[in-house]
Amino acid sequence: MRRRVVVTGTGIVSGQGEGVAAHLEALAAGRTAPVGQERHSGYPVHPVVPLEWDRQIPKKSDQRQMEPWQRLGCYAAGLALEAAGLKDDPALKARMQLIVAAGGGERDYEVDSQILTGLRDAASPGAYLNEHLMSDLRPTLFLAQLSNLLAGNIAIVHGITGASRTFMGEEQAGIDALRIAEARIAAGQAEIMLVGSSYNAERPDVMLTYELGGFYWNKPFRPVRDRAAEGGGFVLGSGAAFLVLESEQHAESRGAEARAMLAPVAAVRTRRGPGSVEAAVELCWRDLGTPSPDVVLSAATGVAPATTEEHAALARLAPAARVYDLGDLMGHLMEAPGPAGAVIATGLVAAGTARDVVTSCVGHRRGEGMVRVAAAR
Amino acid sequence: MAVTGLGLVTSLGQGAEDNWAALTAGRSGIHEIRRFPVDGLRTRVAATVDFVPAEPLCAPVLSERFAELAADEAVAQSGIGRPGDFPGALFIAVPPVELDWPQRRALAEASGATEAVTYRDLLASAATGRFGEFHELFLFGTVAERLAERFGTRGSPISLSTACSSGATAIQLGAEAIRRGETQAALCIGTDGSVNPESLIRFSLLSALSTQNDPPEAAAKPFAKNRDGFVMGEGAGALVLENADHARARGATILGYLLGCGEKGDGFHRTRSSPDGAPIVAAIRDALADAELSPEDVDYVNAHGTGTPENDKMEALGLTAVIGERMKSVPISSNKSMIGHTLTAAGAVEAAISLLTIRNGRLPPTINYAVPDPAIPLDVVPNEARDASVSVVLSNSFGFGGQNTCLVLAAEPR
Repeated sequence: MRRRVVVTGTGIVSGQGEGVAAHLEALAAGRTAPVGQERHSGYPVHPVVPLEWDRQIPKKSDQRQMEPWQRLGCYAAGLALEAAGLKDDPALKARMQLIVAAGGGERDYEVDSQILTGLRDAASPGAYLNEHLMSDLRPTLFLAQLSNLLAGNIAIVHGITGASRTFMGEEQAGIDALRIAEARIAAGQAEIMLVGSSYNAERPDVMLTYELGGFYWNKPFRPVRDRAAEGGGFVLGSGAAFLVLESEQHAESRGAEARAMLAPVAAVRTRRGPGSVEAAVELCWRDLGTPSPDVVLSAATGVAPATTEEHAALARLAPAARVYDLGDLMGHLMEAPGPAGAVIATGLVAAGTARDVVTSCVGHRRGEGMVRVAAAR
Repeated sequence: MAVTGLGLVTSLGQGAEDNWAALTAGRSGIHEIRRFPVDGLRTRVAATVDFVPAEPLCAPVLSERFAELAADEAVAQSGIGRPGDFPGALFIAVPPVELDWPQRRALAEASGATEAVTYRDLLASAATGRFGEFHELFLFGTVAERLAERFGTRGSPISLSTACSSGATAIQLGAEAIRRGETQAALCIGTDGSVNPESLIRFSLLSALSTQNDPPEAAAKPFAKNRDGFVMGEGAGALVLENADHARARGATILGYLLGCGEKGDGFHRTRSSPDGAPIVAAIRDALADAELSPEDVDYVNAHGTGTPENDKMEALGLTAVIGERMKSVPISSNKSMIGHTLTAAGAVEAAISLLTIRNGRLPPTINYAVPDPAIPLDVVPNEARDASVSVVLSNSFGFGGQNTCLVLAAEPR
């Protein structure tokens, strides 16, 4: 028999600020995250608000050894642990398991530029590259680049040392992190887990990756829904979202409040083609047990035609629901929209603003998933 | 939990048979790097896989090709499903990828920039749409997507990293999914083709690599007193994990059993283990507890054994803490002495070799063991393979970021 899995703590940061309340307020007001320009590329981006790192990452030495994506993740993880009442429970934190959805870390953009410039006229390009990487790369930068080193830093900073796993694979990684965590707790393979993701969009290498495929919206800003006619695309946003998930019994036994219930997560892989996104959304909906949510959070990226298909399917499946676009609220957080949706959904449910919330997450190139969060009782 | 198929690609060759022959002959797959110029590098050797063509030659394509070959072998051996229709989930450990220097250079050249090259120039080239294939190639989920498509695995494939224990974590995730009853079978793969200048230099700058370049085959010296770092390797290991009843019911040949998985995080430091070895000890104990075995049951240890001064010392300490005085006589050897450290793939590659060890009743050696380290008084199966009856193997994998994962593999179910 499956055990019920509840959310007992959440943490979130983005361009809308810090904490769930700031995000609920922005959602209610229909406020789009502020848009800025990434400084190396000039591309549009939704920057994260300035944060007082000391509040969640007390040691300056830890802050120095992390790059922004790791600091963001550690910060939001700290908020979630605090909300779940776990900050001062080292024994439980040492048993807690962790799943992080992540890509890779930042590069040294000045070094990249210098090397590319030098390579142009280098007599021996291979030797030139070796020489400059050896002398110009900061040795510890590697530890800010490895995908699993957000999890590693959460272990160091917050003492979450049960064990960690890092899932990669863009949008679907965030969905699968929630899916596997929920399934493990429901099956009794774990009692309590920290799950989440972070993303730093204020870096030109990520713009480059997505511009290569023509997925970046590098035009005057328009909301997610209004981009399809001009070819579609996404604007990346910086932020992070983490949740503490536990079995209902475990939460009860330690007197933690269940803020919401997390249903089994739906995730599918389809070959993209005309109509495939609509079909995948319908499939996920069925896997969720054809819910009747009062709110749908769509993580639609703005990429055409996936966004149009997703919105059409959602309008048909949940005609009575209020539908919000996370891409406008926060920008596109690549691996993080699934966890971010779950955090906001938990906030809506805990505040009594909604009883049943579905987050729909359709990847820019692949992967479709859904997360359903409902009132705990 | 049965294993009904396994596949291997390493610098020693393609396929379990060739690899086993080379491993038990004590042959090294480590050689001078020919893939790119090594001028100015402190480390000029690696166990690259040079016999598998890849175009373009870059980490994601190499990783995909190795994984494909290993999985082809494993799935064919298991006889499960039909070609292109694997009745189970995919869990694959893949190296984190990013655009590499040849691609950056191509974008820089195409931009026609005559002054300093900046990211604005690269983006201008990208915006022409002429380099669209780079996008898909350098997404983190692409290798898994292509393998899921090729093998027809079910559901959303998981791409994962737990650094140098990734391959073991892929197997652990598969085992958990089968235990939950979500699937009867899982295709678990670890793959890594990331020996390129920047990856090598990153490890080199952390002083993690051996710099004893001459002769290359002697560079990896796990457990020896003169060990001075690991040697980067490439390859893939694939296992078909299957519910044992399901495997028996379809008359499959069972190659061995996965009895338990254990893990423990370490919050001490980004690259170093807790000095007391407690997380390693906890991971080993967790795996044995999961297998419902006691330390006395371990016949042989397939070591993480990277050949770094730190790892081998801590691994020996942890094993001795769990197994006690008996550890002095429990054989332990490091495949990495021959195939290098296959990084993301290592846990899966070494799990496959552990199963071959059980099936063949022969222990692959730790080669290059000329100078014993008095601090590590263990039977490392020095230099030559040895016959031994092995029922239970403990396979260790440890990684940067405090990752410790251990597997218990056995000849018989418990």
